[in-house]
Amino acid sequence: MNSVEAIKEISGVNPLKCMKCGKCSASCPSFNEMDIKPHQFVTYVINDDVESLAWSKSAWKCLSCFACIERCPRDVQPGRLIDAARQLLIRQRGQQGLTAEEIPTLLDEEMPQQLLMSAFRKYWR
Amino acid sequence: MRRIGVFVCHCGSNIAATVDVKKVVELALREPGVVHAEDYPYMCSEAGQSRIAQAIREKQLDGLVVCSCSPRMHEATFRKCAEKNGLNPYLVEIANIREHCSWIHKNMEEATQKAAILMRAAVAKVHLNAPLQAGTSKVTKRALVIGGGIAGIQTALDIAEAGFPVDIVEKEPSIGGRMSQLDKTFPTLDCSACILTPKMVDAASHENITLFTYSEVEKVSGFVGNFTVDIRKKARYVDMDKCTGCGVCQEKCPSKKSLNEFNRGLNTRSAIYTPFAQAIPNVPVIDATACIKMKTGKCGICEKFCQAGAIDYTQKDAIITREYGAIVVATGFDTIPLDKYGEYAYNESKDVITSLELERIMNAAGPTKGHLERLSDGKAPKEIVFIQCVGSRCSDRRGKPYCSKICCMYTAKHAMLIRDKYPDTKVTVFYIDVRTPGKNFDEFYRRAVEDYGVNYIKGQVGKVAPQPDGSLLVQGVDLLENKQILKKADMVVLATAIEPNKDVRKIATMLTASIDTNNFLTEAHPKLRPVESPTAGVFLSGVCQGPKDIPETVAQAGAAAVKVIGLLAKDSLTTNPCTAKSDELRCNGCSQCANVCPYGAISYETKLINDHGVREERRIAVVNSALCQGCGACTVTCPSGAMDLQGFSNRQIIAEVDAICR
Amino acid sequence: MPVNENWKPTIVAFCCNWCSYAGADLAGSSRLSYPADVKIIKVPCSCRVNPMFILRAFEKGADGVILCGCHPGDCHYSTGNYYARRRMTLLFSMLDYLGVESGRTRVEWVSAAEGVKFSETMNSFVEKVHGLGPCVRLGDLRCKK
Repeated sequence: MNSVEAIKEISGVNPLKCMKCGKCSASCPSFNEMDIKPHQFVTYVINDDVESLAWSKSAWKCLSCFACIERCPRDVQPGRLIDAARQLLIRQRGQQGLTAEEIPTLLDEEMPQQLLMSAFRKYWR
Repeated sequence: MRRIGVFVCHCGSNIAATVDVKKVVELALREPGVVHAEDYPYMCSEAGQSRIAQAIREKQLDGLVVCSCSPRMHEATFRKCAEKNGLNPYLVEIANIREHCSWIHKNMEEATQKAAILMRAAVAKVHLNAPLQAGTSKVTKRALVIGGGIAGIQTALDIAEAGFPVDIVEKEPSIGGRMSQLDKTFPTLDCSACILTPKMVDAASHENITLFTYSEVEKVSGFVGNFTVDIRKKARYVDMDKCTGCGVCQEKCPSKKSLNEFNRGLNTRSAIYTPFAQAIPNVPVIDATACIKMKTGKCGICEKFCQAGAIDYTQKDAIITREYGAIVVATGFDTIPLDKYGEYAYNESKDVITSLELERIMNAAGPTKGHLERLSDGKAPKEIVFIQCVGSRCSDRRGKPYCSKICCMYTAKHAMLIRDKYPDTKVTVFYIDVRTPGKNFDEFYRRAVEDYGVNYIKGQVGKVAPQPDGSLLVQGVDLLENKQILKKADMVVLATAIEPNKDVRKIATMLTASIDTNNFLTEAHPKLRPVESPTAGVFLSGVCQGPKDIPETVAQAGAAAVKVIGLLAKDSLTTNPCTAKSDELRCNGCSQCANVCPYGAISYETKLINDHGVREERRIAVVNSALCQGCGACTVTCPSGAMDLQGFSNRQIIAEVDAICR
Repeated sequence: MPVNENWKPTIVAFCCNWCSYAGADLAGSSRLSYPADVKIIKVPCSCRVNPMFILRAFEKGADGVILCGCHPGDCHYSTGNYYARRRMTLLFSMLDYLGVESGRTRVEWVSAAEGVKFSETMNSFVEKVHGLGPCVRLGDLRCKK
């Protein structure tokens, strides 16, 4: 399965629905840390450049806060695209970086629930 | 035996590319009763029709089957052609081998086979067609316009000028609609009230126009040319004939806490009120839910002060029944509620407002007397942010899928007016696209950018966060600079999506007028018949048919008026002859049919029947063919099979079923 | 009954002039395909469809019959589709008892703007009927014609 198909299947997103409004980028708390911005995820997928997405900094800077998914007026949900790109990378590498035992050592009272889930999805072994 | 002619159209390549038309002709000639069959590139053209004419003459045809596009396109054309050539127009049947065949099937063999079957079904039906005669029905020469905004007023004025009486029914206490709430209109920056009020006065004083304000349509029955409508005139508790419009009652009324609907709830009004100063009629209305006298029995100040003695607390709603030949729907629009858009903090901060609320603020007769000030603390805003497309162009569940059409222009207008009046105030507009297609529209928007320095940023806003110091932190993005923007604003204006008036579904059901999933009324054809509803006698004017601005509304209102005038100018209408008919010999007078008729077209009479030698008086059903609309409900309900529908008789439909299934 | 691999079902669709026939036209103009097995008969209203027509169809060789009308509340003749709905509920359950499985009959409300719905409905209906194979042939015991 080529990677564009894979991304569409994992994320369930139709990237053609995007109307380039930028609300996702406007809502993103990690915007400044990212190299590829949320409003650009869709363009990379449409242009068949999933490699760049998967190897980007953005894949790891995304907090999975779901603001872009909540607010996208076209139901394009770019957050799912970057999530799927990360999944692809992880599956390709065949590695995960975190065990369940390591989590309590990294816990912090201020950390929101969602961050925990997102860390799991990113780093789970 | 019938002499039927079959004509197969190529429709250029629309049919011929997927259906082997010559094969269909060949198969047609094999059908019993078919004495002539031919194919031709464009049957509906002059040349095509003359071929039909020739065949009718030469082969003495008494039945026609045309295999072509949908009957909804050209059934009338071919019926006229038959009539011109001496053949009853109802001896014509159409086989739809385009929309239902050539356009949807790719395999030529399959498509040709199906076209042949559809042709056979039409031939089988036409064998049983009877030469029907269309009847006539009278036309009541009066029109009803539902809605008294600019669309309704313009339509009524045009109809009245042509000499026909028109009634306008408006549910608010005054006519004027949305346009009366606007301050200035684009692209001319005319004062809205200045251009609207002369039309309102014309409507009120025109001898052919009758206004029913503070009234609603309650019930509609009948059909084109003969509608009967019940109008509920809601109780104003003020006698319209006595009131002089002096306004003292409103001044003196002690109940002043009700939200002022005209000012979008931004300030309050008294319980007895006229919505705005130029209201027509200039007669106030008592809001019974706020009136102290009506709630507790104590007060009555307005009655005491009224010098004309016009106050009448005992008034009741009145229902009047009127007859009309045509009905125009002009019910207008409202902005969508914003409770699903929490990210813009509309409900948290008084300084986040909709564009319609901004119109009221900027209007000299509005809640702030025309001064642009923050509703929270009355200070002048120095930094204003406009957010476009709030709730429009959304395919998620929160908003509307369509573009609301007017917002790009009105935001440019607002931005320009603010920069003109308050040059120290900075204005930013966050947009996705700028849609300004009308005459002088793009030039108007460019003036806002180039001459007035309005800052247009391509990108949207993710969140508006009210700050402890009373300002608003706007987090947006600039897609061209690829930067996130954090802007401190004093006021945020949301260009909110518009949707049809919430009562439109009720009215559409009463009129059996089609309505789409966005609650806009459907037009009979989106390109060629934009102001008529598919339901005959019902016409559409204004935003109820789709989002549009004032120039388009006025144009469409005139178009609807012309259609109405065309209808009312006729002395009678030809009625559909495909009506129900009861076989006297089979009818047993059980009355089941009348129970299901939506038009009350069936009545009963006692008649002397000679049934195969037996002579007796029987109660039989009689169909009034002027009232019958030909739905066929009675035909199925009839237990003895006496009731049948001309043009779609039992035998005809069974012949079609047989032809398809054999 | 052994089914020929190339067997195609015969489907009769009764469409009301005001909504569903217009919906079918829209499906056509939008070039949305559905199988050629579907043949449409135009009626003024869904309430015109007499149960006898449907019985006749199954008698003469139809494998599936679908009735399309306006959405409830939107009938051009105001109440027609309500009558159709009630009649068909009774008729289809009787047909099911007679051996014409419920998958072979359907009522669908399609408006004039729903070209996509029309083609999707036809596609799914034909697939269903195809899966059920050829239908039993009903016989009219009243007469030999």
